[in-house]
Amino acid sequence: MYRYDQYDQNIVDTRVAEFRDQVERRLSGALTEDQFKPLRLMNGLYLQLHAYMLRVAIPYGTLDGRQMRMLARIAREYDRGYGHFTTRQNLQYNWIKLSEAPDILADLATVEMHAIQTSGNCIRNISSDQFAGAAADEVTDPRPWAELLRQWSTFHPEFSYLPRKFKFAVIASDEDRAAMRLHDIGIQIVERDGTFGARIYAGGGMGRTPIIGKEIKDFVPVTNLLSYLEACLRVYNRHGRRDNMYKARIKILVNDLGAEEYARQVEEEFAAMETLDIDPPLAEFERIAGYFAPPAFDANAPDEVDRSDPDFAVWVDQNVKAHKQSGYALVTISLKPVGGIPGDASADQMDVMAGLAERYSFDELRVTHAQNIVLPHVKKADLYALWQRLSKAGLAEANLDLISDIIACPGLDYCSLANARSIPVAQKIAKRFSDAKRQRELGELKLKISGCINACGHHHAGHIGILGVDRKGTENYQLLLGGSGAEDVSLAKITGPGFDEAGIVDAVEKVTDVYLNARTEGERFVDTYRRVGMEPFKEALYG
Amino acid sequence: MKILTGNDLATGDVVWWTGSGWSRHVEDAADVGDQGEAIAHAEEGARRVNSPYVIDGEQSDSGPRPAHIKDRVRALGPTVRPDLTLKPADPDAANRVL
Repeated sequence: MYRYDQYDQNIVDTRVAEFRDQVERRLSGALTEDQFKPLRLMNGLYLQLHAYMLRVAIPYGTLDGRQMRMLARIAREYDRGYGHFTTRQNLQYNWIKLSEAPDILADLATVEMHAIQTSGNCIRNISSDQFAGAAADEVTDPRPWAELLRQWSTFHPEFSYLPRKFKFAVIASDEDRAAMRLHDIGIQIVERDGTFGARIYAGGGMGRTPIIGKEIKDFVPVTNLLSYLEACLRVYNRHGRRDNMYKARIKILVNDLGAEEYARQVEEEFAAMETLDIDPPLAEFERIAGYFAPPAFDANAPDEVDRSDPDFAVWVDQNVKAHKQSGYALVTISLKPVGGIPGDASADQMDVMAGLAERYSFDELRVTHAQNIVLPHVKKADLYALWQRLSKAGLAEANLDLISDIIACPGLDYCSLANARSIPVAQKIAKRFSDAKRQRELGELKLKISGCINACGHHHAGHIGILGVDRKGTENYQLLLGGSGAEDVSLAKITGPGFDEAGIVDAVEKVTDVYLNARTEGERFVDTYRRVGMEPFKEALYG
Repeated sequence: MKILTGNDLATGDVVWWTGSGWSRHVEDAADVGDQGEAIAHAEEGARRVNSPYVIDGEQSDSGPRPAHIKDRVRALGPTVRPDLTLKPADPDAANRVL
């Protein structure tokens, strides 16, 4: 894992002191809310539906045990004993006092964490593949590239006031576990003639205008990556719309210009930047990459797993994935217990996960965009003991990528932008499909719920998506089918008129019934939808 | 009726204008008529509240409540965490509020 150097620590500590002064001036009346709001947002502090909300950055979703323990401690001491892991691999606290926010940031800084650039029209937390450094299918670990971007984008003076927020995702495999093409810029690390470079996609995003990112460059060597991305941002910063916040994201610019013309302008800017010499030397990239060296795997770790406990075997089949190192496995801890709140974890559960990471996973954890937690390097021989401890903590739900593994935004229960509640709908669907065999019979089915058109719950990318809307003061839910945030990326389409809260649960059941009747061997829900089209589903829903 | 609401500056708690001060309980809310903006301006200036705004309200059996669901959720707390609402002893509070 990357560790702060003195420079990193200084800028974070300085920012904490600066924010402490700003909070004091706000509380004393020296700053009005209009003056203070942009300052608190630059430090991840929102005013939400019930209280201040603090969004803590977890760079590319990677953290260690002491960091997770600190998140638990903050939840316990300053919040109400829990936190919410988000679709951008961050953590949100819902009940923060303004007067205590500087102390929280100071505590975070002691474990090399902060909330900087988790809000505002700047480059946000860089997201990545939760299986980075462990996935059998990656060409290299994408996190050194993500860390390079983190350092470049932190306090970048030219990109602190972009037309709108800006999100990067970096992956290094053909399988996309990070919804890469639904980011403002998506980066896939690829190998060519023995060297690594970045394939660049621009103009993706969800929100009210969902668009899939388009490839604008097939290979940028790491020695030119920052100057190329700087060129991408410069063209956006120059031409992105500032007159209409709903048309200000880069996806609108790329769509309006056309990907080819946007790419041409980027190339022009890129060429003009050659003399600026902003790219770090390869040695600096290699220094960063050194922090992500593989842990000391036991080359003799046995590959066999004793599956004699049937409940354990089910969990292994569902939540454990292949690791690049023989004798090891990738474990996903589901934060989606039936009836629970997707992505929420109690302080006690955070402590448990921290301890398990220290004991079983070389002290590493990952946050996934699907709001789960990964232990990336677990010996297969330890899986049973790990599962037993997870079970005791209520963290052994065997539902990864099944219908109850629902992505849900906080919705109207917490969010001031929301039009409808997401969490109760997720809970009701999970309960309707609580039978584990039934879930497994349905197979991979990614269900994603947003409480408003901003799409924090990724409903556009759901095999089944649900969008909550306000219909004359009443919650109403639109059903969408056929989306994907993975390598088979696609945008879901609305089935037709919306449903009330009970109706949407019935509607989900009806479309799964259509799938079960129509599927052919090996087809997932989304495959069947793509083959048979919308009509059979509409017929079942609206007859 | 018109209700004035906002958040406590220091704690962020949702608060309601009672006619003479701020309460965390919506049942204490006063009808501010057409005085809401003026009260909001004065109270914000005195640093007793953050981002106050006027909403439509209605009378219910238990007193005033917001007309719109969003502010009714604000008044109650998250409907999915009855243990964190202002009336944790009442598991049915969410249903009645909504």
